[in-house]
Amino acid sequence: MLGYIRRNASLLIGVTLLGILAIFMIVGAFTIDTDNAQPLSAPALQPPSWDYPFGTDRQGRDLLAVMVAGTPLTLWVGFVAGIIGVGVGSVLAFTAAYYGGIADTVIRSIADIGLTIPGLLVLIIIAVSLKGSLTVNQMAIVVASLAWLNPTRTIRSQVLTLRERGYVEIARLNGMSGPEIILRELMPNLLPYLSATLVASISGAILAAVGLEFLGLGPVDSPTLGMTLYWVQFNAAIINGWWWWWTAPLVVILMVFLGLFFLTVGLDEIANPRLRRSA
Amino acid sequence: MSLLYVAKRFGVFLLIVWLAASLNFFLPKLSGQDPVESKLMQEASLGGYVHAGIEDMAKEYQHKFGLDRPLWAQYLAYLSDVSRGNLNFSIANYPRTVAGMIRDALPWTIGLLGLTTLFSFTAGTLLGALLAWPGAPRWMRFIMPPLWALHAIPFFLLGLVLMYVFAFQVQVLPIFGGYSAGASTGFTVKFVLDVLRHAVLPALSIVLVSIGGWALAMRGMMVTTMGEDYVTFAEAKGLRSATIFTRYCIRNAILPQTTGLALALGQILSGAVLVEVVFGYPGIGALLFQAIEENDFFLIQGIVFTVIVALGFATFLLDVLYPWLDPRISYRRT
Amino acid sequence: MSNAAPTPRGQSNAAPVLRVEGLRVAYDHARGPVRAVDDVSFSLSPHERFGLAGESGSGKSTMALSILRMIKPPGRIEGGEVWLEDIELSQLAPDAMRRLRLAGIAMVPQGSMNSLNPVVRIRDQIGDALADHGTKLSRRALAARVRDLLVDVGLPPETGDKYQHELSGGMKQRACIAIAICLRPKVIIADEPTSALDVVVQRQVMETLGRVQAELGAAVILVGHDMGLMAQFVDRLGIMYAGRLVEVAPIGEIITAPRHPYTRLLIESLPSLEKKGGLRGIPGLAPLLRDLPSGCAFHPRCPRAEARCRLEKPAVRPIGPDATVACHFA
Repeated sequence: MLGYIRRNASLLIGVTLLGILAIFMIVGAFTIDTDNAQPLSAPALQPPSWDYPFGTDRQGRDLLAVMVAGTPLTLWVGFVAGIIGVGVGSVLAFTAAYYGGIADTVIRSIADIGLTIPGLLVLIIIAVSLKGSLTVNQMAIVVASLAWLNPTRTIRSQVLTLRERGYVEIARLNGMSGPEIILRELMPNLLPYLSATLVASISGAILAAVGLEFLGLGPVDSPTLGMTLYWVQFNAAIINGWWWWWTAPLVVILMVFLGLFFLTVGLDEIANPRLRRSA
Repeated sequence: MSLLYVAKRFGVFLLIVWLAASLNFFLPKLSGQDPVESKLMQEASLGGYVHAGIEDMAKEYQHKFGLDRPLWAQYLAYLSDVSRGNLNFSIANYPRTVAGMIRDALPWTIGLLGLTTLFSFTAGTLLGALLAWPGAPRWMRFIMPPLWALHAIPFFLLGLVLMYVFAFQVQVLPIFGGYSAGASTGFTVKFVLDVLRHAVLPALSIVLVSIGGWALAMRGMMVTTMGEDYVTFAEAKGLRSATIFTRYCIRNAILPQTTGLALALGQILSGAVLVEVVFGYPGIGALLFQAIEENDFFLIQGIVFTVIVALGFATFLLDVLYPWLDPRISYRRT
Repeated sequence: MSNAAPTPRGQSNAAPVLRVEGLRVAYDHARGPVRAVDDVSFSLSPHERFGLAGESGSGKSTMALSILRMIKPPGRIEGGEVWLEDIELSQLAPDAMRRLRLAGIAMVPQGSMNSLNPVVRIRDQIGDALADHGTKLSRRALAARVRDLLVDVGLPPETGDKYQHELSGGMKQRACIAIAICLRPKVIIADEPTSALDVVVQRQVMETLGRVQAELGAAVILVGHDMGLMAQFVDRLGIMYAGRLVEVAPIGEIITAPRHPYTRLLIESLPSLEKKGGLRGIPGLAPLLRDLPSGCAFHPRCPRAEARCRLEKPAVRPIGPDATVACHFA
């Protein structure tokens, strides 16, 4: 197993990047005082130094503390929304693909139409309607409300290809009921594919969350990565030359997305052995 | 291609429009907040005092905006307004209409998005196809990893980096806006060049990230297509390499690629919105951001609705174009 | 369908149109190279119908592809020579080989599968073959040529305007035959042309194939596993097992007096209308090419096997002018 990870370069890179982040978060949680992630904890606009390795922002937040506190928050939103998305999506997809008929038409139409609508905009409407600052958990729910659309589509097409395979017919002839077949025959074969979809879903959810926060619709008092970027934009930090303010969240977000991306590719390779041979 | 097919697709489009309008109408109502009242409260508190007359003022505005009628009446009025293109007045920028403000901003977004998407899709698809072909030049392999890594990050993040590098460090390109402040608008060469200069960074943010995605997808499609029996037979027919590459491989791989384009439009737009915010590019995205900041509810509603309609229409166009590419579609029951 | 033809085919004194000598093809596998075609030699006379039969995995399709030099990595042609009249194919530059395909040696694939381009019309799939081989025709002449070809294989002329999904299995197969003969090749390799078709359509397609072959004066290699079909169509039959050509003989001899034990079991397993009784198969399974038994590859399943068969691979021995066999006891 470890040998395979070494051969599957994408998986290795993904796991490494995410591993570094995990270590950063865990070590940070034990060593850094996250209270300093609140405003007025430190002198404002300090470039990186020994006291403040990531510098401070205009409102006096210690950016290292912000990163330590904010990264898990952002990832948390992604996980919750992603898991709900794939969970709901799987149920719908399996139902639609296995039972076919009306269920399939309805579910497929909803998913297809839902996908033409740009998710971020609907999220904006929802977030603005719920104005009165969102908490992190509320934002996770908001993002989750749309997160099931893509997984439903992709899982459904995968299940459709599997449904025609011989062992499903045999299971049916053996008298297994629908849900039984889904759970015991189809799902185990789809596990690698489901994992890849889950990681992709998490990535999409984090993207949506960061987007919402960047527009100022996120939990205003939380030091999440997206909110930090919002303050960066609000204070025109780039033009003012306070490079450390945006470098830290940028690097962390980059690592999150790249890590998740390579992880998805790696899992895809496991799910689809045909991809393994091509360069 | 049958008229029935076009009619069906158009019906789906109308359904999307109706859904968007309804969602737009009902979702905010769920929170029980009154946009006018909250806006007025906000203005009043900014002014530093709250006086008794505020409630009466709120009632006046509510009546003017029709918010004191029963829900179903409001809904019907809303639908009829929207179908005539009346998207209400902007709360924050009264008496400007929402439709007017959108009309000013929309061409910028269409220009930016349209051109960048067209370019990324075409260039990316071609690149992807070449990467899959064994006869392609070797140096192309080296382009892939950076493009690959780039495409996983959101557009606006790249925008931030680009802005820092090109507008701040090496002050080559403008930082902000669609054109220089105080420039006289109009179709003069000077103005057009100015616009282009301002569009470079936003466009680059989108293009550099998107190309990798299209290339990767097309390469995957090509690999699958190249394994098909008809490609083997094409080779057995002694066809030239170029013929097989274009007529047998690309011509088939482009089909799922185009479907991918239709599906990605929503995402591309979401990303572009954020890019516009970063660069202050005067399109729909920046307008939306402004509306959010100003709590201008009708403007937000109007923008979201317009965008959904625009995307629905674009998808409709692509749907109608598709049978021209794939002769199997008009043959089968749609 | 009888074998009676005006000119006796398969005369071994005419110069062969195709000669395969010692062809070896291997696939590079993670655990070592796998020999898919092991030192195969045979020759084809003009107008001759040669059958290449064997079970799945015996290497016969690889043989067909390797004659056309279309083996792709991880496969490679390890050695041997293929002569089309007086041209040795491995000496050709890639572009020369490309031009030889279809014009010199043409392949008829399993057309009812996926062998036709789904988004290009049939007439254009004939047209591009003509164009890429340097045939310059005016539009009208091209249309006429396409029409003639389609009619020749028994298809209505409008077939040219259609796409492949609008055709039935038999029609698709015949369209493939039309493409294969458009440049009047000297050799036609038909790789399982009727495997996915029902019996009635099978007969029609084989009739078409036989007719165009006679008109062109071409030689045909029919690759397949349907012994009944072989018996009705070919002049000589080659039997492949585990990548080797274990027996070659005129069809009459193979049916009545097979020499190799495998051939014998194959013939005996054919159900006959006269003798009633249980079906007889061949015990055991065909070996995986990457896991061949020592010595003679057939010895685990052979009723005549002795100790020698386990140790020594039998060499291919000529028996008479048109026959060979690879067995210690034949």
